[in-house]
Amino acid sequence: MAENAAKSLAAPNDFFVERPAYQEGYDEKSNTVIRLVSPNKKKAKAYQVTNIEDVASKNNWKAWLYLAPALIMVIIFLVYPLINTIFISFMNDYDYTTGAFHGFTLSNFGVILHLTPYNGVYEEFFTRYAIPNTFIIVFLTVPLSTLIALLISVGLNSIKWFQKFLQTVFFLPYVTNAIAVGMVFSVLFDQNGIINYLFHTDAVWIYGATRWMGMIPLCIYIVWSSLPFKILIFLSGLQGIDKQYYEAARIDAASHWKVLWRITVPLMSPQILYIIITSFIGAFKEYTAVVGLFNGPGTMPGDYSMETIVYYIYINLSTHTAWAAAAAVFLFVIILIFTLLQLWISKKRVHY
Amino acid sequence: MNTKHYGNFPKVQSKDLTLSINESGRTVETIRRQEKVGHIVSTVLMYVVICALALLVIFPFYWMIITSLKTNEEVIQTNQTFFPSIVMWTNYVYVLQAFKFMTYLRNTVVVAFFSTAGTLITTILAAFAFSRLEFKGRDAVFAVFLMTMMIPGEMMVISNYITVASFGWIGTEQTLNQAYLAMIVPFVVSVFYIYLLRQNFKQVPNELYLAAKVDGKSDWSFLWKVMVPLAAPTLISIAILKFMGTWNSYVWPNLVTKGNDYRLISNGLRGSAFVDAETGRVNYGYQMAGTVLVTVPLFLLFVLFRKYIMHGVGRAGIKG
Repeated sequence: MAENAAKSLAAPNDFFVERPAYQEGYDEKSNTVIRLVSPNKKKAKAYQVTNIEDVASKNNWKAWLYLAPALIMVIIFLVYPLINTIFISFMNDYDYTTGAFHGFTLSNFGVILHLTPYNGVYEEFFTRYAIPNTFIIVFLTVPLSTLIALLISVGLNSIKWFQKFLQTVFFLPYVTNAIAVGMVFSVLFDQNGIINYLFHTDAVWIYGATRWMGMIPLCIYIVWSSLPFKILIFLSGLQGIDKQYYEAARIDAASHWKVLWRITVPLMSPQILYIIITSFIGAFKEYTAVVGLFNGPGTMPGDYSMETIVYYIYINLSTHTAWAAAAAVFLFVIILIFTLLQLWISKKRVHY
Repeated sequence: MNTKHYGNFPKVQSKDLTLSINESGRTVETIRRQEKVGHIVSTVLMYVVICALALLVIFPFYWMIITSLKTNEEVIQTNQTFFPSIVMWTNYVYVLQAFKFMTYLRNTVVVAFFSTAGTLITTILAAFAFSRLEFKGRDAVFAVFLMTMMIPGEMMVISNYITVASFGWIGTEQTLNQAYLAMIVPFVVSVFYIYLLRQNFKQVPNELYLAAKVDGKSDWSFLWKVMVPLAAPTLISIAILKFMGTWNSYVWPNLVTKGNDYRLISNGLRGSAFVDAETGRVNYGYQMAGTVLVTVPLFLLFVLFRKYIMHGVGRAGIKG
């Protein structure tokens, strides 16, 4: 019987329709299900009464069985490593092959932040390249791609013909391999490539480029690849806005620009907040774009000028595990601060 | 004509009446016409701008394809051409032989299959427990699960590397199966997909569950015969996104495998030299042919499952 009911509910339109799948019903006061057992109502034991509490409470230990596979994996590969990494970041002379270390210290953070020397030498890649590069990427690409995505979505939302087709075209960069497209961008920006040809320049963007020149194709690539997700979210937000607001604006003869900034953007603020938070987190963790574009942490072998925080973590993971852990904790704290800051600001600005 | 007269107003017939509203000298007709013209102009402008942006967005794909069909001389010559003067299909033949595409493809498919299957099983079971079953500490465990989503994965990667190493799956003695285990096992659970499926399961009316219970159906058969079929679209989205995630994964396989032969398609692509044997320099035609081979399967998947992918991404918002 339940299966029949399920089949009749399977059609998507019926999904949300309130329909008593179980007509004999559920009595909320006594918390019981009363079920017609026999079609012949005259029979004495035509009804069977079952208490829901009895049904539900039996699940207790079985529920843990259902949860067990996921729970075990989450504990081994998500919860334990999180705690372990925090510990490692404070360990002195940690060796991952043996697990040996000599007490707890703050020096890992001191070393990567260029405050204390390691074996008499200052480690400088983290403060010189990784942190500034990551912050440049975050503060250039997030506002830029959010703004472009917002304008494209508003444009897409206002047109009638080919809307679905163009939407699909703008989504294409999402379904690609970050490494593969990074390599395509490195060909586009090659010294003999199409970009230099079109703009009649002879700039060095990729191989052997200076740090600032290398930043340009990197940021363009990151903006390009982060557009589709933003457009998808913005479009679904735009399509949810009540048309009445625009009718009212039309009657008041408000200009397009005013409509955009006074109606669309405020009504989209939940989506904009979501996008800004997720893309901040994503940009702080940028890594594959650098690999795809430069095939290494710098613009040529031996160079580390394009390193990001996450790149630093991966480079030091097996050689200086404690440094990598300290860098990961640093990244975590930075992301946490920025996310909390944005949520705090949003309390004043976001209209729900 | 039997019209009443009011006061001294002259007798007028309705056909003699014209209503004329002026706004700064423009009549309704001119305003309408101007609005219509303005509308057409702005629509055309909008299409031009959007199509130009769309062309910019897909230009890298176009360039990838035509470069993959060029000779290396044509790629690096000063005058760039927008279409290959000699179509070099042999670039693909060369790449399929030199770049071990089939090896990487096999590795990727094996890893993707098992991690997707594992993820689906753990996700379905956990989502069922969280959405339907009652047990002590359910909300606390779920809160812990959700918390792990907010933590950057790099925090976990470091310790997971050590964990997998302690299982003996990493090292110079590594076999192919150990490499597979190292690439699959840490990824057979995804908290986000559990969350996603739980939301989906919660939409199934509770009466169905109660009815099944009263009918004497076990939780197990209710889950597989009612819940899973109802949540099929979400499960398809999860499976496709998970597969795409494996196809695009680069960092972890690079860390835990000892050599290129054990790695996945992205590692193979970035790790291959694509060097021309004669000149000893990178052949861009070969390189782009490799990227086309990696990109085309994703596009095929997108064409076939566009709805599921876009829906899943809209809800998920994370790659892989």
